[in-house]
Amino acid sequence: MTTTLSKEDFLIVKEQDVVPFRNKVKDAAVKTGMGILNQTKLITAASELVRNLLKYGGGGTVAIEAVNNGRENGVRLVFSDKGPGIADLSLAMQDGFSTGKSLGLGLPGTKRLVNEFNIQSTVGEGTTVTIIKWKNG
Amino acid sequence: MDRIPILKMGDFLLVTIQVDLYDQLAENLETDLVNAVKKHNSKGVLIDISSVSIIDSFMGRILGNIGAMSRIMGAQSVIVGMQPAVAMTLVELGLTLTGVATALNVEKGMELLRSKILLSDGQSDDDDDNDTE
Repeated sequence: MTTTLSKEDFLIVKEQDVVPFRNKVKDAAVKTGMGILNQTKLITAASELVRNLLKYGGGGTVAIEAVNNGRENGVRLVFSDKGPGIADLSLAMQDGFSTGKSLGLGLPGTKRLVNEFNIQSTVGEGTTVTIIKWKNG
Repeated sequence: MDRIPILKMGDFLLVTIQVDLYDQLAENLETDLVNAVKKHNSKGVLIDISSVSIIDSFMGRILGNIGAMSRIMGAQSVIVGMQPAVAMTLVELGLTLTGVATALNVEKGMELLRSKILLSDGQSDDDDDNDTE
């Protein structure tokens, strides 16, 4: 059972929001006592997802939450956009697939960097990606 | 618009990235560096990323681009000072930066750059010899 200890919403509308957002994620990770490697993995994952949010979703919000699963603390990030959605999720999760001109590492690479990864998308309504990184995960 | 300064030192260009990159900043650096190589006839580019705490797939791609573009322009490039956590994260992300020369620190990077330039000069001399034969 994962309980939320604190929650803060962060609005992402332009590229300049990305650096302050990454700093907020870092603060949240530091508060859990997370080591530097897991911090880096979490912030890198967040950086990938926030780019998707801007590029494909046209901006959106990210909820930054401090969570606890009964054994340890962690950080949960929920990225929500009201963009066009993803038609084929399994294709989007494949290494090397991209509809843009990027490397296609974003989603599958991000999944490797975090402990829990969940993506839900409805065409025409938007996409929500939830990730959790545990302190010692 | 924000820009990362590019220092000219003899035949080399020196870039120290002291801030965390966002996409536009990284793209500007890519363009500025390629233009600076042309403008100064530089033989080598050294990029110090020891203060960079995050490199994601986009910035990784830019670093790869800088390496490839410099090479096409006839300059060598070396990236130095990557933090261990950044290196571990990049590999897990799936970005191994193949084709980008790297070194542990600025000193070793300069050594590598010099030896690469000697090597490429030697090769082009050989080519000239072949042409005359």
